[in-house]
Amino acid sequence: MSVKLLKVPTIDFVNKRHWAMIFSAILLVASIISLSVQGLKLGIDFTGGTLIEVGYQQTADLEEIRGKLNEANYQGTNVQYFGTDTEVLIQLEPQRVSSAKLSSSIIHMLGEGIDIRRVEFVGPKVGEELTNDGGLAMLYALIGILIYVAFRFEYRFALGSIAALVHDVIIVLGIFSALQIEFDLTVLAAILAVIGYSLNDTIVVFDRIRENFLSTRKVEPKPIINDALNQTLSRTIMTSLTTLLVLLALFYLGGEVIHSFAGALLIGVVVGTYSSIYVASSMILALGISKADMLPSEKESKEIDSRP
Amino acid sequence: MNHYSGWKNALIAFFLFLSALYALPNIYGSDLAIQISNAGDASIGEQDLAKVELVLTSNTVDYKSIDLADNRILIRFEDSQSQLSTKSLLKTSLTRNYVVALNLAPSVPQWLSDLGGSAMSLGLDLRGGVHFLLEVDMEAVVTMSIDRYYNELRPLLREDRLYRSIRKEGNSLLVTFKSKESKQQGRKLIKDELFDLQIVDDIESELQLRLEITPAAIKVSKSSALKQNITTLRNRVNELGVAEPIIQQQGTERIVVQLPGVQDTARAKEILGAVATIEFRLVDEKNDLQLAVNSGKAPAGSKLYYFKSGRPLLLKSSVIATGENITGASSGIDQNNAPMVNIQLDNAGGRSMLETTKEFLNHRMAVVYIENKVETIVENGEMVKIRTKTQDVINAATIQGTFSNRFQVTGMESARAARNLALLLRAGSLSAPIEIIEERTIGPSLGADNIAKGFLSVLVGFALVLVFMAWRYRVFGLVANVALTLNLVTIVAVLSLIQATLTLPGIAGIVLTVGMAVDANVLIFERIKEELKSTNNIQKAISSGYEKALLTIADANITTLIASIVLFSFGTGAIKGFAVTLSIGIITSMFTAIVVSRAIINLIYGGKKVKELAI
Repeated sequence: MSVKLLKVPTIDFVNKRHWAMIFSAILLVASIISLSVQGLKLGIDFTGGTLIEVGYQQTADLEEIRGKLNEANYQGTNVQYFGTDTEVLIQLEPQRVSSAKLSSSIIHMLGEGIDIRRVEFVGPKVGEELTNDGGLAMLYALIGILIYVAFRFEYRFALGSIAALVHDVIIVLGIFSALQIEFDLTVLAAILAVIGYSLNDTIVVFDRIRENFLSTRKVEPKPIINDALNQTLSRTIMTSLTTLLVLLALFYLGGEVIHSFAGALLIGVVVGTYSSIYVASSMILALGISKADMLPSEKESKEIDSRP
Repeated sequence: MNHYSGWKNALIAFFLFLSALYALPNIYGSDLAIQISNAGDASIGEQDLAKVELVLTSNTVDYKSIDLADNRILIRFEDSQSQLSTKSLLKTSLTRNYVVALNLAPSVPQWLSDLGGSAMSLGLDLRGGVHFLLEVDMEAVVTMSIDRYYNELRPLLREDRLYRSIRKEGNSLLVTFKSKESKQQGRKLIKDELFDLQIVDDIESELQLRLEITPAAIKVSKSSALKQNITTLRNRVNELGVAEPIIQQQGTERIVVQLPGVQDTARAKEILGAVATIEFRLVDEKNDLQLAVNSGKAPAGSKLYYFKSGRPLLLKSSVIATGENITGASSGIDQNNAPMVNIQLDNAGGRSMLETTKEFLNHRMAVVYIENKVETIVENGEMVKIRTKTQDVINAATIQGTFSNRFQVTGMESARAARNLALLLRAGSLSAPIEIIEERTIGPSLGADNIAKGFLSVLVGFALVLVFMAWRYRVFGLVANVALTLNLVTIVAVLSLIQATLTLPGIAGIVLTVGMAVDANVLIFERIKEELKSTNNIQKAISSGYEKALLTIADANITTLIASIVLFSFGTGAIKGFAVTLSIGIITSMFTAIVVSRAIINLIYGGKKVKELAI
């Protein structure tokens, strides 16, 4: 056969797991420190406030715009170029009196001949609700997944996959906090997608671990897990690569609005791939998975099969 | 082995044919159009079509086509010049019960739309437009109900002179009776007549009764306030002339308003949120104005008002007519080139106006502009609602002749103010103040940018994956590519069929699906490769590769599906759009990546003596 049969790699993942744990621990601690010291740079979706994106014919004069805003006595304003120097993003913290009219008066103040590209106003109450809903969504997604995995596999697998997910979410949030990239609703959506993706990866590995436990006579969990990781390695890499390819397209071509969304997914896919190899399997190993744990489910299914 | 039966292949082909068919409408562009619909609930029929056609032909308007479907008339145009000029022509020549709005009409061929085919509906972030979330001030609703019961309670107890005083205290009414007997009698009257009131505080030895509105009645008045506001908003949006607006209740006290394609968002905001009305009152010319201003107290039967300029004026307490009596209003310009509003009153208002103008000829009458506003402010970390009621005199003029139900009001600040007032008077007033608590406006240029960029990133991401897969898995990679292409077509078909709204995050969801959909094929192909190592039976390797990968694929996809369903149920706008395409993509990819790719592989290799696999 001329087919190039690449040999299954024999990388000793399992025995290197201590290094991975140290690496993960450093990342996690750094993320948590960054999150608790400087926190996330929350967008107006969560803080409430006003955002105006305007397009100018020529290069916009940011100083002039800032001057006008200062004159009108607005507090907590942020004026910056958005993508190009003809487009300007103006953000305002919630003012003492926050209302949708604010944007109208600012647009009026900026004068004629500008192109209003985007206006967003989020009232303080809505911001609070979106924050709560976002947190809840994350929680419910995790719980739903926990239940499904516990039902399909075993509780140790469920805990292992949740550990990997929490690991991924904290690190992505940590990177957003460290780099002070704006965290808005689309980034939250991206993080939930990362949860889905990372889990996808983890499940594939777990599936293989279970299959190997059942198909071989070996009882030692370490070599079985290591085999599973090696057998699924090329798939893990392939899928990560295709996903990264489309995300890079989205990151570079999708425009400013989708930029941090694509960024969050890019980081998430890399971290998620790493965690499904190291974190999830180390976790089930630490929880003491064994061949015996796999058997009952097989017996049950045979029982069902043998029923008349 | 590796052979799908004829009917199975036929079924797959049929599915793919359906997908292609329902994805097809999206390749047709759209025409510039004017949409004419009825402002009320009445339907649009042939006679309306004839009326419009008459206007068009008598003014020799150049248009592509006109047709009547789905209760609306669509006139298509070649260019925006004739579209815009025809809109203003129709607005002036048609009566007010028609809504004339600019629209984009998809130019899907007739046979296709007869089959139920339609293009995907684009979200506001792609086509431009405004999204508002409005909150009805429910506290004000309760206060207004208390006022209403206060006004009902007094005449009820006055008949037999039962009470000493009735006071409003917060959300309750405090009645003090004259004697124990009158209290007895009053209690019975209230129980019999006003069943929406409940007695909450009744001490036997005292002459007082505390009344509150029952929770059930409060619930009813809240929901009817919400419904009335939705109706009013619908009227106002109709007045603005928006094609395909969405006005929907959300929860128990919120209303979502989406206006695709609206350019003048400032005006939309002014119109939607305004709780403005006018009142007509006589000027009190007997009492001393200066005295009232100095003491800050108006004499009995009068009230002190101010012009916007700050000039004071004493007006009589009794109202001649209010905004509720107004049946028609239009703006215009009077002889002095000043903006004005033509008012038309109903019978009751007209009668009262006629009597007043007869009796008080050569006296002065004033028009008071009343506006209720509610805003949320943050004070020391607490959210507080502040309500302001402004009452400005906009005009006070001598009654120079008798008139009843048709007259003009002048004294408007600007032509725009006159236009807005006329619109608000026509559309009716809101039954409770509302506040815009969220706004998302996307300008048309950003919308077009978003479409272009979204489309480009789908295309590039897709192409990269195609190349990568073909390089890595050769023939099998090409099969996966066919499956992936079909997956895209199927996603578009499903989105078009269920008319889910496509947003920019939705496009991102499609891009992500493209990347993740090949995962199923990767899993299968890697498995086949593995099987090939342990067996020389190529057919067996293919079939067990598919079989063994199947459960893994299902598990992996179901968990992702759980995450995206959670996203869908918790997400608002942007996130929902992402969750929808992601979920659809996951489901369709299972079909294309497993079933369709297998069918193709079977056609290529199935049942044949194969020496090697190009994988």
